[in-house]
Amino acid sequence: MFKKFTHETIESNAGWLIVLTMFAISVGGLVEIAPLFLHDDTLEKVDGVRPYSPLEQRGRDIYIREGCYTCHSQMIRPFRDEQLRYGHYSLAAESKYDHPFQWGSKRTGPDLARVGGKYSNEWHTQHLLQPKSVVSESVMPNYPWLMGPLDASDVADRMRALRTTGVPYSLTQTEFDQNVKQFGEEHARMFHIPDAQVNLVAQAQAGNYDGDNRSVSEMDALVAYLQVLGTMVDFSKVKPEDLVKFR
Amino acid sequence: MAENTVQTTGHTWDETLQEYNNPLPNWWIYGLYVTILFAIVYWIIYPSWPVGKSHLRGISTVTYLNAEGQSETHGWNTRAKLLKEMQDANALQKPYFDKIAAMPAAQVVKDPELNSFVLSAGKALFSENCAACHQAGGQGKIGFYPNLADDDWKYGGSVGEIEATLVGGRRGYMPAFGEVLEKSQIEAIAHYVLGLSGHAVDKAKATEGNTLFHSNTGACYYCHGEDAKGRKAFGAPNLTDKIWQWANVPVATDLNGKVTAVQKVVMGGLNKGVMPAWGGENARLNPGQIKLLSIYVHELGGGK
Repeated sequence: MFKKFTHETIESNAGWLIVLTMFAISVGGLVEIAPLFLHDDTLEKVDGVRPYSPLEQRGRDIYIREGCYTCHSQMIRPFRDEQLRYGHYSLAAESKYDHPFQWGSKRTGPDLARVGGKYSNEWHTQHLLQPKSVVSESVMPNYPWLMGPLDASDVADRMRALRTTGVPYSLTQTEFDQNVKQFGEEHARMFHIPDAQVNLVAQAQAGNYDGDNRSVSEMDALVAYLQVLGTMVDFSKVKPEDLVKFR
Repeated sequence: MAENTVQTTGHTWDETLQEYNNPLPNWWIYGLYVTILFAIVYWIIYPSWPVGKSHLRGISTVTYLNAEGQSETHGWNTRAKLLKEMQDANALQKPYFDKIAAMPAAQVVKDPELNSFVLSAGKALFSENCAACHQAGGQGKIGFYPNLADDDWKYGGSVGEIEATLVGGRRGYMPAFGEVLEKSQIEAIAHYVLGLSGHAVDKAKATEGNTLFHSNTGACYYCHGEDAKGRKAFGAPNLTDKIWQWANVPVATDLNGKVTAVQKVVMGGLNKGVMPAWGGENARLNPGQIKLLSIYVHELGGGK
């Protein structure tokens, strides 16, 4: 009743060819990627990793909008030269709230995974406006428009969207209480979606990241984001050998 | 043409179109078998296949020191390898760092071996951590970041003072006088300040500025000192020399431009000049590196 299933069957039947080709090329993913979702040791158990505040999250959106990722990675690999230059190697846990993550592999500029706290706000502002004014050999373009006002009207929607991907921004009192338990009250307030816009403006005013407190600019958001990169985990409290055991 | 003994693949397309089934060259096919064999050996030695909730760890191991200083062995992975490499390299550098930590800076620079260690390690640390602001040679940038290669220091230029600056960071601040003083008063102060460093200024205005500088209205003397030579405790710079940090006086070609540059700073004040902290909690640099870097900066030319 059935013809013998041979190589010729596949070659002469477009349906079989498509299905089997797709299977063949997905083997790598099935073997190398899919199991990571099931493993216990994929995410390191470290304290401190939290979602971004509304202002930081908007800064991250601008980071993506401006295509910073085309020249900057956010992934310090576990090599000595990288550790000496950029700091502790990146952990999977550190980007668990990043959607999409910004790891990258193209480094025209330096890695930014731990740029937080390395330079002053003032330096970042000057550098983003006119990179060559502080790093003469830089090939980074100027971003003068970042001093323009930040559109914060849709920040709550953006957080709601991220919430559907699993970022624990809270909508209800129950979720809020859970965040208080997990991240502490101060942070939990930041992650409450109904207060997003108020929190955003408050953080920008208090931080005054761009040195101009008359309005909230895109610069405020971007610098707030850059200054938090890689600072969430306190590595003085992590034993290096514990991280070894997660791989 | 000689008769071809090679078989066809047996397929026929478009009535007559056939394809010879030439065997692969031996070097190629045995090369393939070798790579397969290599892969199997590799799976055995290094971490490889996912199994259940974990993965095969491989038989290769790395031995490193744990936080308690005891030797510990774990299956090979890049993190274990890195930990070992860092420890080995640190062990090689340790005698130098230990000597530098135990010695006063003046003695370190007299020891040729230690001095060359300071220069090469210091250069690498400086390039990565300091040069973004203070520039490659430490020359700084007027209007932004102070020069570290001259002998003028806001917070002190001894190795100890430089070290304190590195560990704790600094935050420069000068209040804005735009709403406290009249415009003419600020102009007078600018004339006085420029006169301090030998510029030819309007004598009458400078005299008025002098009075304001030392009065409780202007109160400039409080931070910059009675003699206007600055006070380290506030990071207030010496105004009597020709070194300018915030007001870009050197580029102004005439007195008017110079006065405007100084006026701008007095009117708007300064809420910048932030140097991040490199020591303390969550430090980027360890105490050994900070001392080495302090000596390096001190040796850039202007150390006191």
